[in-house]
Amino acid sequence: MLQLPWIWRKPWLRFKMRRSESSPGGGVIAIASDADIVEARIAARALAAFVGFSEVDLVMIATAVSEVARNIIEYAKPGEVVLSVVHNGLRRGLEVIARDRGPGIADVSQAMQDGFSTARGLGLGLPGSRRLMDEFQVHSKIGQGTTVTMRKWLP
Amino acid sequence: MRVPILKQGHYVIASIQSALTDDDLIQLRDDLAAHVGKYRSKGVIVDVTVLDVMDSFATRTVRDLAQMVRLRGARTVIVGIQPEVAFAMVQLGLELGDVATALDLEEALASFQNEAQ
Repeated sequence: MLQLPWIWRKPWLRFKMRRSESSPGGGVIAIASDADIVEARIAARALAAFVGFSEVDLVMIATAVSEVARNIIEYAKPGEVVLSVVHNGLRRGLEVIARDRGPGIADVSQAMQDGFSTARGLGLGLPGSRRLMDEFQVHSKIGQGTTVTMRKWLP
Repeated sequence: MRVPILKQGHYVIASIQSALTDDDLIQLRDDLAAHVGKYRSKGVIVDVTVLDVMDSFATRTVRDLAQMVRLRGARTVIVGIQPEVAFAMVQLGLELGDVATALDLEEALASFQNEAQ
C-alpha cells in the first residue's frame, strides 16, 4: 500500500498547513506605472523565497518579472501580474502570469528573438525572461491583449 | 526615492539605498551628469550593492549614465554588483559594454587614484 506522509492522515493539520502556505500569498498586482514594476518584483521575490528558492533563483525570478511587467508599461498598460504557488506532483514551483488588454504582439516568434524591439528597449525582455525561467509561454491576439505565463520549479 | 550623491575630493559617489523605479534611475542619471559639472569631478562611482535586480532598463540607464558622464569629461565606475545579480544579467543577455566596474567602493577609489598618479 502507498504510504502517505503522516500529516496526510491528520486533516486539521493539513488544513492549517495549507492556510499558512497561502499566507504570504500569491496575488494580483496591478501594473499601471513604473513603480508597480518594483512592487511586482518585490512580491515575486517574497513569494519565491517562501517557496524555498535559492538566492540565485530569487534574483532570476525577480528579473524576469521585472521584464514582463515592463513590457506591459511599455506597450500595453494597464495590465496585471498574477503570482501563485504551483504543484507538479511533489514538485513545487512559482507561476507568474502577466496579462494585458493591449494591442497584442503581431509576430510572437519575432518578439522572442534577441534584439528585436519595437520600442526603445534592448529587445531582451521576452527572450531573456525565457532563459531565466523553466517554462515560458506567450499567447497574444491582435487587439485583444497578451498573456505571458512563466514558471520556475524548485530543483 | 532620490539617490543621495556625496562629494569626496575629486569624485562623486552615488550610493543607492533601496530598489529604484525607472523614474528614479533616470533622475540619478541626470543628477550625476549635472553634478560632474557642478563639482568639476573627475570620477563618478555608483554603488549598486543593494539593488536586487539589474534588468534591461537598469542596465541601459547605467550605460547611458556612464556615456553622459564621459561626455562631461569624467569617468564612471559601477561597484557592488552582487554575484546573483551578475548571474541573472548574463542569463538575460545584458552587457554593460565598456562601463568600468569594481568589486567595491575601496577598489573603485584605488583605481581612480592609480590613474591620477
